[in-house]
Amino acid sequence: MAKKEYKILSPTAILGYGFPAESFQRGIEENPDLIAVDAGSTDPGPYYLGAGKAFTDRLGVKSDLRAMLVNGIKKNIPIVIGTAGGSGARPHVDWCRAIIEEIAKEENLKFRMGVVYADVDVEEVVKGIKEGALLPLDDQPVPTEEEVRQCPYIVAQMGPEPLQKMISKGCQVILGGRCYDPSCFSARPIAEGYDRALATHLGKILECAAIAATPGSGSDSVIGILKEDSFILQALSPERKFTAQSTAAHTLYEKSDPFHLPGPGGSLDLTNVTFTELGDGRVEVRGTKFVPTPKYQVKLEGSRCVGYRTISVCGTHDPILISKIDEVCQQVKDRVEHLLERENAQGKSKVFFHIYGKNGVMGDLEHGDYPLPHELGIVMEVLADTQEQANTVCSITRSTFLHYGYEGRISTAGNLAFPFSPSDTPMGPCYEFCLYHLLDVDDPTALFSDEVFDIDGDKVKRVED
Amino acid sequence: MKTLPEIAQVIRSKNSSPFKLTLDIIFKDREVFEQVQAGNLINAQNVAAAYKIDPSAIEKILYFPPAKAIKIGMSRTKKSGSPGDTDVYGAQQHAPLLSIRLDL
Repeated sequence: MAKKEYKILSPTAILGYGFPAESFQRGIEENPDLIAVDAGSTDPGPYYLGAGKAFTDRLGVKSDLRAMLVNGIKKNIPIVIGTAGGSGARPHVDWCRAIIEEIAKEENLKFRMGVVYADVDVEEVVKGIKEGALLPLDDQPVPTEEEVRQCPYIVAQMGPEPLQKMISKGCQVILGGRCYDPSCFSARPIAEGYDRALATHLGKILECAAIAATPGSGSDSVIGILKEDSFILQALSPERKFTAQSTAAHTLYEKSDPFHLPGPGGSLDLTNVTFTELGDGRVEVRGTKFVPTPKYQVKLEGSRCVGYRTISVCGTHDPILISKIDEVCQQVKDRVEHLLERENAQGKSKVFFHIYGKNGVMGDLEHGDYPLPHELGIVMEVLADTQEQANTVCSITRSTFLHYGYEGRISTAGNLAFPFSPSDTPMGPCYEFCLYHLLDVDDPTALFSDEVFDIDGDKVKRVED
Repeated sequence: MKTLPEIAQVIRSKNSSPFKLTLDIIFKDREVFEQVQAGNLINAQNVAAAYKIDPSAIEKILYFPPAKAIKIGMSRTKKSGSPGDTDVYGAQQHAPLLSIRLDL
């Protein structure tokens, strides 16, 4: 190992969420060895991967990247970005790459950039299904070949290895497609000889930036200091600190098991981890182990298009309707179905009523032992094979509900209050997570492809191998 | 008898994947946490009762002493963001836990 400690600046929990300039500047003054940021998440649902769109806004991403690039390039600090564009498929990576090139031009920056794509050829997945190399996670069935082919993009979560290939090519900036969240933090220190378990565990915490501090924040910067047999966490804003409790509690966050955290190539074992307060708002963590799996496995992700959606938002204040809302919803559905059948136009449409004030938030998990509310909010959701069909079914459902003569009705001019005209909103294609499976691979870098560019202000030149 | 909000500092839910929910209870006080752990006072029976679901639907209950916390795992009734889903992030499925009462 070249030196005794390795400092990583994590500006924010998701690229585009922002950070206070003062915190980031304090981080830069610490002379970090790396600025790294995780840009991705599956939290916002299946749409963004399926549609090839970012869930963050371009302006926010550009603002965060500008601070990172201008300061990093000036001080010759490497920069690694994981899961570009939120989902890390090719359109997401290219979207982020264009923003970086735009900043380089505006700020006249010069650097070498490595771009690692995480897109997996559908034929590889089909082969994996046939050979039994695709393994389910979370009790999900292995998808059929047809379902997999309905995924516009399929990505694999890369471990540190594909990013490390870019270090050897001299890239100061590394832009990664879909990454296992810690990889953008751990790839460089592991390449320098730091312990994989500690570097990965530190990455697990840094990918959420100040969320693990107290008070927590997803939009403030922190520093992680990796040592030979421990790592230290340090907040960069005076109102925050790390405590043993806040750091340990973060181990729970969004994980199903706080002791064992699976990732590419193996699991982190946190059974014997200790969290020690250093007395100055910093916490030192020791004892993380990395347990390799017999075969290197990567997680695949894919969302398939399951139809098109149209919604309509409305509400009611009528106590008679409120008292029999489920019954009326069913009767409206039946009448719409009957009408569509008569016209031979039912297709494969589905209608869902989200009843806010009753079970709109918890759906099937709602036990419903509450008194009736005075108002209900209603969202009609229609799914169909085409947008046109979804629009049609939503329109008929809305008008049927509006004038439906349910038993006991005394408000005969209209059952629903609509806040908007037009009342119906086409939502475009609707996706569903279809691939969330492990794939056995022989080589941790095999599924990933890369390109290297020399950027000098407005000039971008591809570097040939 | 104490309700969970009286003794917990954090009670939350979130997706741990597009198919799974994870519920965290982080206690205010270590002694209370240890008492709850020793007596296994949070268990599949009372969690399932709070949600009015079958105890077999509670897939996991883990006590995590470093954070004086309990983690509960269950399946989402619909995949995150799929047609008819109500909570893409799974961040608002915690409320039934607030009604659990413990004999402390």
